[in-house]
Amino acid sequence: MSLPIGTDMAAVHAALDQLCDPEIPVVSLREMGILRDVYMSDKGVEVVITPTYSGCPAMEQIHDDILQSLQQLGVQGQVKTQLAPAWTTEWMLDSAKEKLRAYGIAPPNCQNTRTSQVVRFTRRLQDDVVACPLCGSTNTTITSAFGSTACKALCKCLSCQEPFDYFKPY
Amino acid sequence: MDSPQLPLLLHLADNCLVLGQRNAEWCGHAPVLEEDIAMANHSLDLIGQSRLLYQYAAELIGKAETEDSLAYFRDAQAFRNFTLLELPHHGPLAPSGSTQRDFATTLVRNFLYSAWALGTWSSLAQCSDAQLAAIAAKAVKETLYHWQYAQDWVIRMGDGTAVSQQRAQAAMEHLMPYTQEFWMPLAHAEAAQSMGVFLSHADAQAEWDTLIDAVLVNACLKRPPDGGFVPSGNHGIHSEHLTYLLGEMQSLARAHPKAVW
Repeated sequence: MSLPIGTDMAAVHAALDQLCDPEIPVVSLREMGILRDVYMSDKGVEVVITPTYSGCPAMEQIHDDILQSLQQLGVQGQVKTQLAPAWTTEWMLDSAKEKLRAYGIAPPNCQNTRTSQVVRFTRRLQDDVVACPLCGSTNTTITSAFGSTACKALCKCLSCQEPFDYFKPY
Repeated sequence: MDSPQLPLLLHLADNCLVLGQRNAEWCGHAPVLEEDIAMANHSLDLIGQSRLLYQYAAELIGKAETEDSLAYFRDAQAFRNFTLLELPHHGPLAPSGSTQRDFATTLVRNFLYSAWALGTWSSLAQCSDAQLAAIAAKAVKETLYHWQYAQDWVIRMGDGTAVSQQRAQAAMEHLMPYTQEFWMPLAHAEAAQSMGVFLSHADAQAEWDTLIDAVLVNACLKRPPDGGFVPSGNHGIHSEHLTYLLGEMQSLARAHPKAVW
């Protein structure tokens, strides 16, 4: 068992930066805004994560990946799930958005991010301008607001005719 | 000593779990692939919301209570969900639940419930119980997508063909009376107030009416008159349908208690 004292936090950060979202293996947890905080406590390294969606099945995998990563470093630690403030696509780094696009997923159009404040009438998803990640055209349509995972909608490009996933502003 | 917010948490959690389980019945059976996936996604959100609520409730109860014991080892009388959410996907006179699933009934129910849930989560996101407020802040975003999806379909069906219009109107007439339960005095109203949440029924109902009526106009549907049977699922008095739903959902966990995989 290694003691927290003297743990190389730079090595911990570097190791955690290698961890990706299991459902989108091109972006790291930090870029996604899922990894909220890493700090030392008397229990060891504490890693704080915030779930994207309430029912996101990737969260358990993420939890296990982090523990495994700490274990490989020989570091004692634990993962804490923090619900507030609620995760929003605005936390996604620009680098993540670029990687999503390159991977074929249209990144969220955060100008349309809905607030968690009192919701009454808001913009509709159909009004969002979504650029095709393949050809860049904005002549696209939303086939279904619910796609392959909880966070994505299914779209189609009317210019190049390719179907693609859209990460919903959230 | 029971925590004052416990009945409210269980009511909210049971709502989510029962509707999540009900809607998941469409998995593999929806009219087209996209709607099949949409229904499964709804259930994923709803069951995710119920898990967060049950986890919190279990923490407050203490002892050996867990999210699983609350979901799988309580009987129908202990459930506090609205009766609306346990009804099968068909009208009152269909001969068999499994062969007569009616997409209009499903969507009209989601439409009526998600409008209620939007208002409720928005209020609770401001409450003084930090954990419940966090769950609500998460849920309100998900519910917004459910609401948009449901209202799109209600308009599409109501302003669609003669058949879709007739089925949407029939579903509205079947289900609307059950929404009266939304506005009945709740066992947990006092607890909610002590947390700084004023689930003022008069205001909430007026907002709900506004949301619903605006869509019904666009959907060319008539709002059925108020009145009729007022259910009391929130007090543990359910229709017979809940026992079948729970029977299916709970049998595996009860046959193999404490099984892990």
